[in-house]
Amino acid sequence: MAQAAIELIGINKSFGAVRANRDINLEIVRGTIHGIVGENGAGKSTLMSILYGFYQADSGEIRVGGKPASIKTPNDAIALGIGMVHQHFMLVDNFTVLENVILGAESDALLTKSIAKARSELERLEREYGLEVDPDAIIEELPVGLQQRVEILKALYRGAEILILDEPTGVLTPAEADHLFRILKQLKEQGKTVVLITHKLREIMAITDTVSVMRQGTMVATRETRKTTVEELAELMVGRRVLLRVEKGEAEAGGVKLAVKNLTVKDSRGVTMVDDISFDIRAGEIVGIAGVAGNGQSELLEAISGIRRAVSGSVMLDGKPIDLTGAADPGELRDRGLAHVPEDRHHVGLVLAFEENENSILGYHDDPRYLKGPFLDIDAIRNDARDKITKYDIRPADCRLKTANFSGGNQQKIVLAREMEQDPGVLIVGQPTRGVDVGAIEFIHKRLIAMRDQGKAVLVVSVELDEIRSLSDRILVMFAGRIVGERGPEATEGELGLLMAGVEQREAAE
Amino acid sequence: MSTPYAKLPAWADYGLIPVINLAVAFVVAGFVVMLVGENPFRAAVILVEGAFGKGQGIAFTLFYATTFIFSGLSVAVAAHCGLFNIGGEGQGYIAGLGIGIVCLAFDSVLPWWLTFPIAIIAAAAMGALWALIPAYLQAKRGSHIVITTIMFNFIAASVMVYALVGFLKPPSSMAPQTRTFLDGAQLPKLNWVIELFGAKIRSAPLNISFLLALVMAFLVWLLIWRTRLGYEMRTYGHSPKAARYAGISETRIIIIAMMISGALAGMMALNPTMGDQHNVALDFVSGAGFVGIAVALMGRLHPVGIVLAAILFGMLYQGGAELAFEMPAISRDMIVIIQGLVILFAGALEHMFRPYVQALFASISPRSVGIEAAKGKGA
Ligand SMILES: Nc1ncnc2c1ncn2[C@@H]1O[C@H](COP(=O)(O)OP(=O)(O)OP(=O)(O)O)[C@@H](O)[C@H]1O
Ligand SMILES: [Mg+2]
Repeated sequence: MAQAAIELIGINKSFGAVRANRDINLEIVRGTIHGIVGENGAGKSTLMSILYGFYQADSGEIRVGGKPASIKTPNDAIALGIGMVHQHFMLVDNFTVLENVILGAESDALLTKSIAKARSELERLEREYGLEVDPDAIIEELPVGLQQRVEILKALYRGAEILILDEPTGVLTPAEADHLFRILKQLKEQGKTVVLITHKLREIMAITDTVSVMRQGTMVATRETRKTTVEELAELMVGRRVLLRVEKGEAEAGGVKLAVKNLTVKDSRGVTMVDDISFDIRAGEIVGIAGVAGNGQSELLEAISGIRRAVSGSVMLDGKPIDLTGAADPGELRDRGLAHVPEDRHHVGLVLAFEENENSILGYHDDPRYLKGPFLDIDAIRNDARDKITKYDIRPADCRLKTANFSGGNQQKIVLAREMEQDPGVLIVGQPTRGVDVGAIEFIHKRLIAMRDQGKAVLVVSVELDEIRSLSDRILVMFAGRIVGERGPEATEGELGLLMAGVEQREAAE
Repeated sequence: MSTPYAKLPAWADYGLIPVINLAVAFVVAGFVVMLVGENPFRAAVILVEGAFGKGQGIAFTLFYATTFIFSGLSVAVAAHCGLFNIGGEGQGYIAGLGIGIVCLAFDSVLPWWLTFPIAIIAAAAMGALWALIPAYLQAKRGSHIVITTIMFNFIAASVMVYALVGFLKPPSSMAPQTRTFLDGAQLPKLNWVIELFGAKIRSAPLNISFLLALVMAFLVWLLIWRTRLGYEMRTYGHSPKAARYAGISETRIIIIAMMISGALAGMMALNPTMGDQHNVALDFVSGAGFVGIAVALMGRLHPVGIVLAAILFGMLYQGGAELAFEMPAISRDMIVIIQGLVILFAGALEHMFRPYVQALFASISPRSVGIEAAKGKGA
């Protein structure tokens, strides 16, 4: 008889008028991988935060291993064997792996004993779960995939029997994600319990045993994974049928809107990130750039949008050059009809401390529509923000709410709404649907295709191959700073995968 | 997911926490008073009565507060743009040069209400200019503004010594200060306003620059939250990357924010010179620029908070003076210690009690810990 590792009974949690969790009942069986899916803002993170002691439930009961538990702080959770891997890692960047793992769990003042003990313990954990990482490596020098492993190690080191992962694959490359899943399976085999929150239904199907669906704060269904389908889950989440692949007609490409020629960009350390790249985007087409994260896509986007200096080459917008010296005024580019949805919405695309309506004018704050002389026209700004909230179904529909309090997917919609509603001639989008639920992905894809059909030029950079394939009229594959191939939308995943891995073009075509 | 602890309701954030901080500061100060063998309760009564008991005390409290409002606003404007201007002291001091020149030139020919606006402009311009150089160095060369503004405090002090023992001093005088300004550069007192409420005032230096300070507090609020420039400053203050993305020029915004900050610091010089002493003397700023840092922090960088915090510090100054007078065991230095404790708890240790208050709130009423009071019935 399967035993419950965790039981949540009648959990309620409100933030002001927002009921983030209502009457949630959930049982997580020991030794299983339990997936939780749901729309943006459905309350998944809130529920897990209650379990981990970040928030207190307004009412309800938590049982761990059959016994009622009072979890007031993360320390209580850790003591009960609950560990959490956050979407934004909580590591000290300039510490080593080992130092991070023992941080907060040191047992003696001089650390010598802790360190020796931790090292052998760490080695045991690494062996047991396939979590290889050099204990003496400095965190900031590790790729995100390995940083995440350190987070997992930290939790295991503290004796976690139950591991919660909130959208762990959002920042990972496909290969890193595969490795993570192998680790999670190992953990399961060793009898640990895993709770996995993700928006990627494919991952749910691939790895979980059970999956629970949340919608608008309630738990709407729990299914055995092998008895459900992606389509059913999507429908349960959104409450209606969802197109997992948006229909689109043939592109009617017009004249060249954006021409990139021999562009070379270096990063701050002087490493060439974009290496002599040339391509065009014409009116009425979507060009997708596929590639494993870190192959120069971010630098390419930043150079085109005037944020990063280019070493050489040129970019022409409507036949007129863009200043690539690093002195470009992104505001002027906006006036010329270039809109940019940056990859990093938390630090670049939004000011999290601002109210929603303040973010809805970021970059367009000198537009006379939002101004009365030198003053902000608060009424105009808020009305405009409310319109966008309605049109893009941003939840909660409160333009005065602090942006940090919106869920990840809704934050993304705030940025997209702002940039798309300016009706730009050229739209460049980095990771359009990172952390966004299936319903919203459908919506965003529809909007992007609608923009294309209105004759706009759209450049999409994404690490999601599915997304690139369903959106793009032409696909460019980037590897090590170069474009290693161009394919049509009919290209297979395998073919693109090989290109992305840097396998020679000729071989890949065969 | 990034906020580990939930937010407090606004009234606790802006009301309760400062009060707790203040209470702790006074308890610790009380121990210090006990240590020198005086009764801390009597000391507290003297302090508060000295500051607010009589019309005279109120006028003095508000007089001190005037200077602190200016310096607090100065710190806040820079802070909203992510800059720590600790050069208010020097910016205010050097503004005395502008004020001195204007007053000496015009006090015999113009009435006060014409000299005053000219002096305001001169003070603001001098303060802004003094902030411009560190701002430029920060924006263009990356020299840290904290270091450069400190250095400029020293430079300002030297320049003022040079000016006050040199060309600003009447040739016959021995004292390092200007001659006494004539009526044309003396600001009208505001004591009659307090007297309207029936209090009696012998003589107190509260003057019309208090009103200027209140106007500036309103203008700063308008600037920060209602203008495009303020929006740009706040964007840069929260996230330089987002500002870059939004097309906000780093150089421009740093320089403008620092110049506004410097101008406000400069204006604080009007109160002690034209308002009180009717001259420009050596060291007339006497630390008010630094008090501004504590005032701004305690006021949570909001003009309303700053006005209240400035009045609190005005009270400490005025009540403290009374205390030193009434209780011989308590010297001027003791007062400085008490002021220091308030700065420590209200400014530097601002977040010390926050987690406890949050935990308390979470346990007594979890639903109140959110964005606003919960609506509807509990579940
Ligand atoms: N600290 C907070 N203050 C106010 N509202 C909040 C707070 N945290 C979350 N919310 C609101 O609670 C609801 C649930 O948010 P939660 O982060 O749990 O969603 P989620 O299911 O994790 O979404 P996503 O998939 O986008 O991460 C949202 O409407 C959100 O805006
Ligand atoms: Mg979430």
